[in-house]
Amino acid sequence: MKHVVAFCVALGLAGGLPPGVLPQAKKPTAGKLTLASAPAAVPDKDAVSAEFDKFREVMEDANPAELFEAKGEELWTVRRGPKNVSLAESCDLGFGIGVVKGAYVQMPRYFADADKVMDAERRIVWCMVEKQGFKMADIARKPFADVKRTPDPTSLVTYIAGQSRNMKLAVPLDEPHVREIYEIGKEITAYRAGPYDFSCNTCHGADGKRIRMQNLPNISTPQGALKAVQGWPGYRMTGGIMLTHQWRMNDCFRQQRFPEPKYASDAITALLTYMNGTANGQIYKGPGIKR
Amino acid sequence: MTTKTNTLLAGSALAALLAAAPAAADPIQRAKAIELMQRDFQPRGQAGLDRLREDGVQAICNRTNNKPPEYIARQMQGDQLAGVKYPADGKLMGDWKKGEKLAQSGKGFTWKDKPGKPAGGNCYNCHQISPKEMSYGTVGPSLYQFGKLRGNGPDIQKYVYSRIFNSKAYNLCTEMPRFGHIGALDDSQIMDLVALLLDPESPVNK
Repeated sequence: MKHVVAFCVALGLAGGLPPGVLPQAKKPTAGKLTLASAPAAVPDKDAVSAEFDKFREVMEDANPAELFEAKGEELWTVRRGPKNVSLAESCDLGFGIGVVKGAYVQMPRYFADADKVMDAERRIVWCMVEKQGFKMADIARKPFADVKRTPDPTSLVTYIAGQSRNMKLAVPLDEPHVREIYEIGKEITAYRAGPYDFSCNTCHGADGKRIRMQNLPNISTPQGALKAVQGWPGYRMTGGIMLTHQWRMNDCFRQQRFPEPKYASDAITALLTYMNGTANGQIYKGPGIKR
Repeated sequence: MTTKTNTLLAGSALAALLAAAPAAADPIQRAKAIELMQRDFQPRGQAGLDRLREDGVQAICNRTNNKPPEYIARQMQGDQLAGVKYPADGKLMGDWKKGEKLAQSGKGFTWKDKPGKPAGGNCYNCHQISPKEMSYGTVGPSLYQFGKLRGNGPDIQKYVYSRIFNSKAYNLCTEMPRFGHIGALDDSQIMDLVALLLDPESPVNK
């Protein structure tokens, strides 16, 4: 948490977070941080993209996601739920109960106790339900953050992701369950349907594409998949909220004009297995920061 | 999706295809993927589970990695073209200013959009169009100077109208939605977009 002071100052300057809010670290509302030198008329798209990249590099040293990591660490450690147990003393992310270091970059993986391949967020939710006694229906009702509220799994997955920062992605694709769901994820990515005939690949299947000014990572390549993976969980400056990779999948399907994927479902795990697995071997630098 | 003929043709084309060509992707994994999606998705707003079902064109494109054999593509493109409905009075150019507004809007058909409300053209999401709008996508080709390079006679008007109505009539597995075919845009909206691309007064052609 060495950067806490630095970004607190940054947020303070942006007219956002009152200093007293920091210990709870619940919902930093930084508001809309704007590009300092973004020209009003937007004369050159590449210049603006480059400007933002520079800005992001600066921000990465002081990413407000760390506030959510701190909150997630609390939630991981404290005894909670109807069964009054902590996740640290009950939840196995694949490397023994309570082990968090390096777990995120080695997920999704197969969990024999659930007989499922699970991504990090889904595994955390599974532990909250099975070990702590929370109700799945309560968690799934509003699973993603808005300006008023950050769901616990969001903070938790941010903490777990932070514990894999600068580590190599290593989804165990040789494991047969993982391999199969990876292949299914690849098929979901290519599946065109709905009123607009869109698939994931409509936007994310080729290099160098944009929707408006938004660069679209090509998730079929290791470099593109890495771009998609390490942005999440990500702190979104617009609204000042923390969002997860599960959320990104949900919002992509909205824009694809599809019905809604169920939270923490096999279909989402399949997509995340495909994406993380395709990025295998590269360094995860998340949690991310977004416009 | 439209006529019975459409579906029949698609069905027979699909059967021929499955018999003739090896599938591009793994059919077993695809079948599992479709089954999984039907189980793991829920209806929300106007977006029902029926949207997960493929129509004929989607089925062909999904099974050929968007590269259908020539004879199937030609047959089905012709079929899509036959479904294009032109305005009764034969006029195909509308108001480019309205077209520009429509091109800016990305609204429509998501689970957050109100059903029945007019959808946007979504054009700038994927295309460069007027030079005044720098925030444009690159999924589709640039349309800047479209009319200046091609003129604005009856043939090109008809081409642009039908291409917006149903782009699959020209390129079966193009990523561009079939705006008229699915009822996202009506006659007069498509006419306004035709004007945006072809009217000499439109900033596109300045």
